[in-house]
Amino acid sequence: MTGVIELRDVTLGYERHPAVHHVSGAFAAGSLTAIVGPNGAGKSTLMKGLAGLLRPLDGEIVRHGLARHDIAYLPQQTEIDNDFPISVLDVVVLGAWRRIGAFGRVTRAVRETAQAALTDVGLEGFGDRLIGALSVGQRQKALFARAMLADAPLLLLDEPFTAMDARTIDELMALVLRWHREGRTIVAVVHDFEQVRTCFPETLLLARDVVAWGSTASVLTSANLLKAAAVSDVWDRHAPVCERIDA
Amino acid sequence: MTNLPDWITGPLAEPGALKRAVVACVALSLGSGPVGVFLVLRRMSLIGDTMAHAILPGVAAGFLIAGMSIPVMSIGGFAAGLIVALLAGLVTRLTPVKEDASFASLLVISLALGVLMVGSHGDDEELVHVLFGDIGEVTDGSLVMISAVASVTLVGLAAIYRPLVVECFDPVFLRTVRGPGAAAHFAFLTLVVLNMVAAFQALGTLMAVGLMMLPAIAARFWAREVWSLAAVAVTIAIASSVIGLFLSLYLGAPSGPAIVLAAGIAYIGSLMLGPRDGLAARLLRQHHLRA
Repeated sequence: MTGVIELRDVTLGYERHPAVHHVSGAFAAGSLTAIVGPNGAGKSTLMKGLAGLLRPLDGEIVRHGLARHDIAYLPQQTEIDNDFPISVLDVVVLGAWRRIGAFGRVTRAVRETAQAALTDVGLEGFGDRLIGALSVGQRQKALFARAMLADAPLLLLDEPFTAMDARTIDELMALVLRWHREGRTIVAVVHDFEQVRTCFPETLLLARDVVAWGSTASVLTSANLLKAAAVSDVWDRHAPVCERIDA
Repeated sequence: MTNLPDWITGPLAEPGALKRAVVACVALSLGSGPVGVFLVLRRMSLIGDTMAHAILPGVAAGFLIAGMSIPVMSIGGFAAGLIVALLAGLVTRLTPVKEDASFASLLVISLALGVLMVGSHGDDEELVHVLFGDIGEVTDGSLVMISAVASVTLVGLAAIYRPLVVECFDPVFLRTVRGPGAAAHFAFLTLVVLNMVAAFQALGTLMAVGLMMLPAIAARFWAREVWSLAAVAVTIAIASSVIGLFLSLYLGAPSGPAIVLAAGIAYIGSLMLGPRDGLAARLLRQHHLRA
């Protein structure tokens, strides 16, 4: 099976302790996939690998026809310094990095696109505020607006709905579904099984190994979920050094 | 100059020395203020302290070669500062030692080495000048250097502004788009070292960091955006360096501690009275809530 982004026997981890083992498979072009799994299953590690921020310890991640700028990666909230005095509009404008780069001029056209993206996510008139003055949900919407400006064919969202209230989750999910309709490929780490069943056609159930990967109905079975829970119960505090790497 | 009181004309025998000292204060503040703001925003306040000490062995080496020659000592200091910045970066990347720990180790080593080097070949007065500064002796040559550093700093910060800001705010994003994060970081460290070196004659290597950090930290009680923080920091730096200059002339004390003390008073004043989260503003707000 080929797709926009393909994993060939990929093992990912830190300092030789793998967090994700021997993953093979592909995300099809235009697919909308939820990654689910218990805490410590390696979901975020896999996302970092897909984003190209973490090199596989073993195997390879092949991006078919995707340049570096074609991937928009939204990490977990905690990785951003919200005390930094930067305006909401400036954050959104960064989405146009491919056009403006590190030193290029921010044209009026880019600014107007950024304003339009803010309006789209329901943050009209918030452009001049500092990012730290926004609520958690509004901040996430601003980062969604930044992703919209990047116009990326592949979006990687790591726990985009965590710590959001129900209404914000609905609004953010509506944006994700709109991107899906526009033909973009989307991978998101999600915790709410109900949301996955309703909104995500594909699911990858991860517990360091891939427990199941395919259509959501075939993956989120009680047998698979029990299997994932059983695997997570026996995890040590430290993952063992992977034998296939030692060899 | 005939109208000036004795405590000013006495130490500054040479005509024009006072004017040069004041111009030096303004130029130093223009560079140090914005650099300090970025050090605070990048949570590198203590690393700035280390860089200040790191230039000492280089300054001392210059002193051993050419005596109290400011140009030679400055070149030595600049080289030593860059070497320490590179070493600290290497230690952080190649070993499990964290960045602040590797900077802290290099701090004490540099300080010990520098004091031994100056102490073994110079007299106490020269050591005091190197460590605590002597702004009364600023020559035309060093004035040109200080002004050049201020210009390079402002132009340089403007050039690396975007990657520098993004690297503070969202480093993961910068890595995703392959932005020049490492290059911006190193260019910024170079500017830090340049400003330390420019400041060492007026403030001494031990005190140079004071004019960089105190106004920048005080500024957060008055302003929010990066540009307004920098403007406030520069204003506080100019005021405290000029006041410190006169204080040191009046007391006959080294200029470095006098300037840093003046900046310290500005910091404490901002902490108490600043409109943004200052203590007085907080108390007033609580009062409002209760009423």
